[in-house]
Amino acid sequence: MGEVDMSNKVEVTAPMASADAARETKFHTRGVQVFYGEKQALFDVDLDIYENEVTALIGPSGCGKSTYLRTLNRMNDTIDICRVKGKIELDGTDVYSDKIDVVHLRARVGMVFQKPNPFPKSIYENIAYGPRIHGIATGKEEIDQIVEESLIKASLWEEVKDRLDEPGTGLSGGQQQRLCIARAIAVQPEVILMDEPCSALDPIATARIEELIDELRDNFTIVIVTHSMQQAARVSQRTAFFHLGDLVEVGETGKIFTTPQDQRTQDYITGRFG
Amino acid sequence: MVKDHDHIVSKFDEDLNQLDNLIAEMGGLAEHQFADAIKALVKRDGELAEKVILSDKRIDAIEENVDQHTISMLALRQPMADDLRVVITALRIASVIERIGDYSKNIAKRTVAITQTPPVGPSRTIARMGNVVQGMINTVLDAYLQRDAELAEDVRLRDEEVDALHTSLFRELLTYMMEDPRSISACAHLLFVAKNIERIGDHATNIAEHVYFLVHGTLPEDNRPKDDQSSYTVVGGED
Repeated sequence: MGEVDMSNKVEVTAPMASADAARETKFHTRGVQVFYGEKQALFDVDLDIYENEVTALIGPSGCGKSTYLRTLNRMNDTIDICRVKGKIELDGTDVYSDKIDVVHLRARVGMVFQKPNPFPKSIYENIAYGPRIHGIATGKEEIDQIVEESLIKASLWEEVKDRLDEPGTGLSGGQQQRLCIARAIAVQPEVILMDEPCSALDPIATARIEELIDELRDNFTIVIVTHSMQQAARVSQRTAFFHLGDLVEVGETGKIFTTPQDQRTQDYITGRFG
Repeated sequence: MVKDHDHIVSKFDEDLNQLDNLIAEMGGLAEHQFADAIKALVKRDGELAEKVILSDKRIDAIEENVDQHTISMLALRQPMADDLRVVITALRIASVIERIGDYSKNIAKRTVAITQTPPVGPSRTIARMGNVVQGMINTVLDAYLQRDAELAEDVRLRDEEVDALHTSLFRELLTYMMEDPRSISACAHLLFVAKNIERIGDHATNIAEHVYFLVHGTLPEDNRPKDDQSSYTVVGGED
């Protein structure tokens, strides 16, 4: 499974072949297996993530979607008993190679979590911290500019520009999440991974994040794990359905939600899973 | 396919079943209306024709009910995949059945007029055409309720016979009119009746296509044989 021809970008849903062929592959993953100790959480997942697209990972709890997401920037490394097998390539480079600087990888592949987790520092420092330690910017002026740009991109600038030195934790939940997105953007990543970024937010804050995700797509590649199928349908171009550690089906979002090919996908998205 | 397993939210299943029940009721009524319209015509029964005209309101009322039910399901349940197709298909089929009801009503109206004229010949062909089309309506409703795309396909194929009958009836009526100008009034009405029956056949075919979509999520390929030559038909033009 691990040695699949890299030129073969198309998989699972043949009807999309022509559209897929035109896209640039950002992540190329083949035969991905993840174990937590003895327990296998992912079985031979073959999935490509395309540049400047939103890919949604859906599936019931424990299906492996978050586990898969975390293999992409090696967040699983932090779990001792976790082992990852298979091929995971970012722009053709093996993510799990010994030569990879994991800190640098996570700057390229940023992450936003379920619960907004701003640093217990000022709004300004939340954004400035990353670029400073990664050496992306040094001078005050340069950092000011990154802070402003990141907050603008995260649609938060207008709301916080007059109180940048107030604590980030003082913002509302939705604002905190946008702050976390701004923080992820500030280190100029190529990919942003989002693990249920709206599950702690109200519908209005959720709508703002979804609008933001769509805007961010121009500059970033986004992979989002979500429990809300409506959200997957609204924000993503491609949807991958996981079940019991298998990637069951992946395809163009419109197709997955109207004419899924696999009965399990059908059952899940229509609310028949039991 | 749909009834393989139930939704976690059982009220959703009830809503979907309710849609099927409405379509079954509406379709049954339309089939009955059509059969009565043909019977009234063949038997020159003005009273039965009047009854058909009045009963059309019931079909319209059910269509409105289907409309409301589908709209509320779209808003409240946000159906996806095959569920979405069930809701959309019910909405489409209801509007087609409503049209079938209208055509039957029109046949009944013309029957009232025809009963006031001397009898003309071709009622046997009309009865036969009516029989075929009634069978199509009946079968396509079964196909819908059983989610049977093959049965629906079968209905699509039967439309060819209706087209052929329509063409032959058209020639027959033109001949009668040329032979005896006093029959023109009745025959002109019968031409419309024939056209109406033919259109009902087309509508049954449309329902068959919706059933195919419901089951497969795609439309059937259009390789259906067509044999309606009436638009090109000339009788006695060579004289």
